Amino acid sequence: MQGGAAGLAYRGRTASIGFAHGPLVRVDSGTNGKRVAGTLVEEALALRHAIDIASGQIAELAAIAGGEAAQILEFQVALLEDEDLIEAIFAAVGEGDPADVAWRLALDAQIADYDSAEDDYLKARSSDLADLRDRVITILRGGEGQSLKIPSGAIVCADDLPPSRFLEIDWSAGGGLALLRGSPTSHVAMLARARSIPMVVQLGAIPKVGATALLDGEGGTLELDPSAEQVRLFEKRRESHRKIRASARAILRRPTASWRGERIKLFINIQAVGDLEHADAQYADGIGLMRTEFLLTQRSGPPDEETQFQAYDAAMRWADRRPVTIRTFDAGGDKPVPGFTLEGEANPFLGVRGLRLCLARPEIFVTQLRALARAAVRGNLKVMFPMVTSADELEAGRKLFADVVQRLQADGVAAMLPELGIMVEVPAAALAVASFKASFFSIGSNDLAQYVLACDRSNGALAPLMDPLHPAVLELIARTAEHGRRAGMSVSLCGDMASDPRCLPALLNCGLRELSVNASTLAQVKQTIDRLSSGGGLG
Amino acid sequence: MLDKADGQIFTGNVRLVHAVGMHARPAVKLTKLAKKFQAQISVRVAGADEWINAKSVAKIMAMRAAHGSTIEIKASGSDAEAAVATLVNLIAADFPDEAS
Repeated sequence: MQGGAAGLAYRGRTASIGFAHGPLVRVDSGTNGKRVAGTLVEEALALRHAIDIASGQIAELAAIAGGEAAQILEFQVALLEDEDLIEAIFAAVGEGDPADVAWRLALDAQIADYDSAEDDYLKARSSDLADLRDRVITILRGGEGQSLKIPSGAIVCADDLPPSRFLEIDWSAGGGLALLRGSPTSHVAMLARARSIPMVVQLGAIPKVGATALLDGEGGTLELDPSAEQVRLFEKRRESHRKIRASARAILRRPTASWRGERIKLFINIQAVGDLEHADAQYADGIGLMRTEFLLTQRSGPPDEETQFQAYDAAMRWADRRPVTIRTFDAGGDKPVPGFTLEGEANPFLGVRGLRLCLARPEIFVTQLRALARAAVRGNLKVMFPMVTSADELEAGRKLFADVVQRLQADGVAAMLPELGIMVEVPAAALAVASFKASFFSIGSNDLAQYVLACDRSNGALAPLMDPLHPAVLELIARTAEHGRRAGMSVSLCGDMASDPRCLPALLNCGLRELSVNASTLAQVKQTIDRLSSGGGLG
Repeated sequence: MLDKADGQIFTGNVRLVHAVGMHARPAVKLTKLAKKFQAQISVRVAGADEWINAKSVAKIMAMRAAHGSTIEIKASGSDAEAAVATLVNLIAADFPDEAS
């Protein structure tokens, strides 16, 4: 009764939160048809005609869509009206290129240029150009009348989906979007979030089977031809999500969280600048952990100072006066970076990772410190080092940082040394916390637990032992919090424990008053603290 | 066609305050406004080798002007002076909606 894909689950990245259960519909770009070229004059006329029709179609879509979508489409119209771009294509047609070939070559060159950009925002624009390219080619091939036949409430599965295609689909009955590639910062993701259409991207390869599917935009999963049990669990997640959202949203908007009369500060963790677009991010007290490893995954090698500065500065501008804690490169361990981390370590979790690696590769580290020193003058920046074991490491990092600031200032560049803190994730650091001359501490509970419990956190066989509520882990958290309280220094926790409702009572009882969580769990955490404060259970 | 203002080049400099730099929305606004003038208008990021046609949205985007960079504008033609002043205003005011 079920095909080979029955029950298979695929994991991707969340682009828009929500749940959808419906027929699975595959959409391909559909520009593979054949076309016979005419004379030079016919080709030029065909291209002019296709551009005019495309302009009209896009204008029509923009009028229906309105708002943000209209502005996205305006960019496509502007490209069609760009004489420099269009004239070069007509010149190629005049020299004998068929209309579709000339058009494709010109647009592909533009797309390649956007794809090579370091900036995620620019990269995401390439799908707008691909959309425009395919629209004109479809018209040239005589397919102008075709529109997508999508049943209402369907889960649309495509390699990537251009914004205009998204707008052509009737989403009034719900549905969802599952993309094999795509990006959470694309225009289509912005549209999906604005309309609360669940969307998961970067699902990778998915077999061309499956009649129905479950799309979980919260967990970032797609399940094909689900079993009754999968559907039951899915509906349970959907229902609990709905309930939590409804009551949490009201609490989220309250200015502060408090527990037994004490103010609890709630910050957000971000993996990349795009995470700040989450609708709930604005309610945070600041950024408690900005990871910077995303900068290391560019194809072109380690990021230059300007690229990094732009990313840090974007976070500073978003935060305005609120604090922004940026963690320096935390590569190594389970996060290898070719060309940066060491290869062939027998035990990378106990190897040259985090600050250890940065101190071993000062040429890469100094570039990051320069960008951070420049960003520090733009607002309330705090910088922390990961994987610190001894006070000497912190001082070595501080000295490098101070030298960088001095050199920048000598060159007349606005720069300053930000507040410096450390991650507390090595048990030695937690036990000897008073030996560090840090301005603040942030407990990385994931690594702290794995080192204290001697459990590789990526090893599923150890899951029952990997208990963050083990008294030994809580003891180290409590010691660190106590040191902060006595010394008047901020101590926060930015690991998964902070967003786990079962762990929150223990963390508050350990003395923690600052937590940093993903924006998507901020509402739930605030709600849990509120319940605990009013003496209620976890619900 | 020849006008006494022809041949005279007007220039201006303005800092790009837009949060994400010269991206799609500001680029569309800039080129739309530039097209309202007869003048030949060129822009570049201060110090760049090449001047870019201010009426080409593809080229303005390819310029990759970042937040905080300085944009140089030059124009020649009958309404060049007004063109430079108008574009400088648009960029300095962070591309307000009513300007389009």
